[in-house]
Amino acid sequence: MRGREALMYDPDPADDQREQVLRAAAACPVQALHVDRMTTQHRTVRPELPPSPTGGDDDFKRNGRIVIVGASLAGGRAAGVLRRDGFTGSLTLIGDEDHQPYDRPPLSKQVLTGRVSAEGTTLPHLREIEVEWLAGTPATGLDLAAKQVGLADGRRIGFDKVLIATGARARRWPNETEAGLDGVHVLRTLEEAELLRERLDAGVKRVLVVGAGFTGAEVASVCRGLDLPVTVVESGAAPLVGALGGVVGAVAADLQRENGVDLRCEVKVTSLEGDDQGRLTGARLSDGSMVEADVAVIALGAVRNVEWLRNSGLAAGPWGVATDAGCRAVDVNGLVTDDVFVAGDVARFPHPVYHYQFMSLEHWGNAIAQAEIAAHNMLSDQAHRWPHLSLPVFWSLQFGVNIKSVGVPTFADEVVIAHGSVEERRFVAVYGYQGRITAAVTFDQAFWLDFYRRLIEQAAPFPPDFRVVDRQDGARPVPAEVSQRVVPAQGATVMVTGHDPGERRVALANIQDEARH
Amino acid sequence: MKPTSVYERIQKLSSRADPYPLYTELRRTPVSLQEDGSYVVSTYEEIIALLHDPRVSSDRRNLASPPSPQQDGLPPAFIGLDPPEHDRLRRLTMRHFGPPDTPGKVAGMEGELREIITGLIDGIADRGRADVVDDIAYPFPVTVICHLLGVPREDEPRFHQWAEEIVETLGPGEGDQEERAGRRQAAILALGKYLAELANAHRDRPGDDILSGLVTYKGPDGPMSDIEVITTSALLLVAGHETTVNLIANGTLTMLRDPVLLERLRNEADLVPHFVEELLRYEPPIQFLPNRVALDDITIAGVTIPRGSSIVLALASGSRDPAHTKDPDRFDPDRAYNQHLGFGGGVHHCFGAPLARLEAQIALSELAHRLVNPRLVKDPPEYRPSSTLRGPRHVEVEYDGVVPPAR
Repeated sequence: MRGREALMYDPDPADDQREQVLRAAAACPVQALHVDRMTTQHRTVRPELPPSPTGGDDDFKRNGRIVIVGASLAGGRAAGVLRRDGFTGSLTLIGDEDHQPYDRPPLSKQVLTGRVSAEGTTLPHLREIEVEWLAGTPATGLDLAAKQVGLADGRRIGFDKVLIATGARARRWPNETEAGLDGVHVLRTLEEAELLRERLDAGVKRVLVVGAGFTGAEVASVCRGLDLPVTVVESGAAPLVGALGGVVGAVAADLQRENGVDLRCEVKVTSLEGDDQGRLTGARLSDGSMVEADVAVIALGAVRNVEWLRNSGLAAGPWGVATDAGCRAVDVNGLVTDDVFVAGDVARFPHPVYHYQFMSLEHWGNAIAQAEIAAHNMLSDQAHRWPHLSLPVFWSLQFGVNIKSVGVPTFADEVVIAHGSVEERRFVAVYGYQGRITAAVTFDQAFWLDFYRRLIEQAAPFPPDFRVVDRQDGARPVPAEVSQRVVPAQGATVMVTGHDPGERRVALANIQDEARH
Repeated sequence: MKPTSVYERIQKLSSRADPYPLYTELRRTPVSLQEDGSYVVSTYEEIIALLHDPRVSSDRRNLASPPSPQQDGLPPAFIGLDPPEHDRLRRLTMRHFGPPDTPGKVAGMEGELREIITGLIDGIADRGRADVVDDIAYPFPVTVICHLLGVPREDEPRFHQWAEEIVETLGPGEGDQEERAGRRQAAILALGKYLAELANAHRDRPGDDILSGLVTYKGPDGPMSDIEVITTSALLLVAGHETTVNLIANGTLTMLRDPVLLERLRNEADLVPHFVEELLRYEPPIQFLPNRVALDDITIAGVTIPRGSSIVLALASGSRDPAHTKDPDRFDPDRAYNQHLGFGGGVHHCFGAPLARLEAQIALSELAHRLVNPRLVKDPPEYRPSSTLRGPRHVEVEYDGVVPPAR
């Protein structure tokens, strides 16, 4: 534990800790620690609840064929839920990595510090679920007509229903030669985390972090914790500005500088430099300065793994694969498919709380929620499907501070520090859009989050005008300084497909032909 | 004559042995306005919401008609304060008790706790009859809190009287309210004076205890003022030995009422933590949080609690809410998910919870293992008067012998 709330758990404790772990799990007030079991049920009233009623096709549940493409958090979770809810047919899990599903949040935290081994992040799901698991075999195509998934090795796997959960990958440095320099890293997978950790262990003169989103900020935090000199270069005005806006971003900037990070904002890396042996020596910045560094971590966000869907006819693009509110994929014409479902980072779904804007959320909780809903809906008839309505929630641990968020902070025009103290790095920032509360971000004040979640769900008025404990006198709403939101809802083609409107894919039906029938 | 409200009936001593049917009645109105203007909240969802609602204060001075400063004798300890003052004091105290500054403190006490409980059970070995409250459940946590806090164990008779008085007068009760308030104030002042002297002694010769930590620490948050040291240590002393006693006593009652459960506790080591958690749900020592205040109008379960009103959270009722827990009135240590209100929640979640858990786990497990054929002499037993901190006055037990400890 660093700081007051920044708790890092050990996902794979030693056997001699077992008694302590069991005690802790029994004592967890929200019963969120699970030992040796999969966490697909979280009910107190009916914990041994029979599977939720699906009303679906019993023959399909007994003998159907389900293929899940993507074997990470969402894919593994969905497999577990399908089995839990009574699916006994054939279940195939296709993954491009060689590992069992593992948990990514620790990779930029306790794995990077070396406290936890990378293998220790394996999720318990597949140990107990009967699946055919095709590891290390990327999917290369989806044939909706033949209902087959094509694999890189030429095999074609037939399905009755398919779940797309291919997630995203780290965006690489665009210049291939520079990206290939020894010392240039990205951080997304278990191997990437292991490589970076070994590198940091081996002794480093300075780490350059390119991009100050959550991954970049957490990497910088770990490096400072290891007492390594760090330079962070961010093209925006502040760290985390893309997710949290400029007001909270400014606090994140102070946090970095207080902790000894050499933070450079509104600057870009124009090139990475190497020596004759192909080793990174530093970077040239857009302000003309140079940073000397022997390790660079490229933290420029993620790229969604949609290339394999290019000719599938699905509405798949750089923003993800569009779905309806129940995780069913939408095709390029805006029609909802029957048998294709999407969950996790790759999904792009309309959220009712945010004007049905299509959003994709790279959050752990969202992957879990969508996996559960997609799995349930795969087994359900139309009277029993569930919508995905839950508000986005995420957390980040950096520089000893527990940052948590509920709602969509970028869906805001104003923000107010509702309580706590920015100076003391413990506060609640409440975001509003056109007079209603749309998000809340807490620094070491996570216990108020549920209260604000309810206010968001109720579309409570912004700014909040009630008396609360720990209220700052004179706190006034200020402009949220969020980046110009893309409003893709102006044209249906763009909204649904993510493609350029010029690339028109919708053909009008011939009305005269219709009329003849 | 005006009918008595459910909440008033709960206060009567005759309801103490089994208040749970009354809680069922209470839950029919999740938020109920009482004669005295306070609002009693009795359902799980609503209690959880209010525990995490920043519009709810724990500071009585925010009441529409606040108590006079003299009435309580001392300023509030952190249990009766709101953030940020609460956070600062709790942080300063937690420094010497738990993470992040002192991780492993409670876990490291396990050997010491076993030693104490072994001695206490050895002490009843040559008899066929004991009072689990007076012989085990009371002296055990008192010895622990004295050692932890740095209070001489031999002073127990002095502070015991004050602590009893403070606890019995907490929350509403029978009898004259003004007389109760007077007794409460006198006890608090006497305890405060005692602890002030003790704090001075620790300042001169600090030891490895919490009180020494409180008086010597000078960090970015500190130091604590003299009065803060007194209120904090008084809180720990009282809470540290007037709550766990009830948990252990209630646990003894529960396991001796059910031979199958007793046998399982002897045979299944992994069951003990779950047994204690279920106990915290089913027979919690703290039945009500009586001291919350609405800072603003709060609408919950269709009722608007006006600003300045007193709010009473009926924790024990919430933990038995059938909308939250399956078969709530059945004691079931095998529950797959046990979310209870035994330690409250939110920023005031029980400070001593890790210690209370370990104490109860060790005491109940040792009692189960060592007493041969134990039986309750009187069931139900006589109860202490408080409806808020509820527990038996005595738990008389007969047994055929005491086996030596396992280790």
